Amino acid sequence: MKARVFITLKNGVLDPQGKAIHHALEGLGFSGVNDVRAGKMIELDLTDGTSDADIEDMCRKLLANTVIENFRIERLETA
Amino acid sequence: MKSAVVVFPGSNCDRDLAVALEQITGRKPAMVWHKDAELPDGTDFIGIPGGFSYGDYLRSGAMAARSPVMTAVKEAAERGVPVIGICNGFQVLTEAGLLPGALMRNARLSFVCRNVPLRVENSQSLFTAGYQGGETVTFPVAHHDGNYQADPEALDRLEGEGRVAFRYLEECNGSARDIAGILNDAGNVLGLMPHPERVVEAAHGGTDGRRLFEGLLETVA
Repeated sequence: MKARVFITLKNGVLDPQGKAIHHALEGLGFSGVNDVRAGKMIELDLTDGTSDADIEDMCRKLLANTVIENFRIERLETA
Repeated sequence: MKSAVVVFPGSNCDRDLAVALEQITGRKPAMVWHKDAELPDGTDFIGIPGGFSYGDYLRSGAMAARSPVMTAVKEAAERGVPVIGICNGFQVLTEAGLLPGALMRNARLSFVCRNVPLRVENSQSLFTAGYQGGETVTFPVAHHDGNYQADPEALDRLEGEGRVAFRYLEECNGSARDIAGILNDAGNVLGLMPHPERVVEAAHGGTDGRRLFEGLLETVA
């Protein structure tokens, strides 16, 4: 079973990387971009039966710094 | 003073700190590996050095903050043992929850490596007793993730409680309120991005960092 964790900066936390990407996009002539926020995605390969609470615990204890970051967990259904 | 310097894989200022401590306190610090679960008996000062612990993987200081030795560092800090975190060490202390806030990528995204003037905002702490309040000192900085951020209430609390120890006197990395170094609420934990251990003898081009360790030696020993 796999899960993906999406880590993004909280609203209001300034994002210099996102700003630089935004700038570069404008430099390439893409004019329709209002704002860019950069984050990261972590894919976890988990043993079956790992609970949502376990994954949340991983996020709070290590994967995200909840002072500045939010996280969202997405489970991937495997066939 | 019986000091200990913690060494993580990727630390690179551990020896600078050890040399400075030995020179000033007259005693060689114990070098404690990140996998050690205990600090030497009687340790009365702990230094978390600069560098790139664990290659800055995930977030700067994130992995180091969860390594075995940090449990012992947290226990010691709770007992009142003075702890200084310099540069990556500051990042480790925020990640470990010993100091509030977070250190983010520099506002201009570039690595900053130069001498910066700082104001000693609070000269009443264990770490700043060797300085005059409001005094200007010059320490070198060398970091990519030194942009200190915390929510406005936390910043107000730091300011109100005199816990901003050092402030940049010129724009450096985008830090909220130009904060360069902060204390915990008990005043025995200091984190700062600039490097006092790199300005302790004339050959370094400055000696402003020396009084930090001298002041500490007087208050601790």
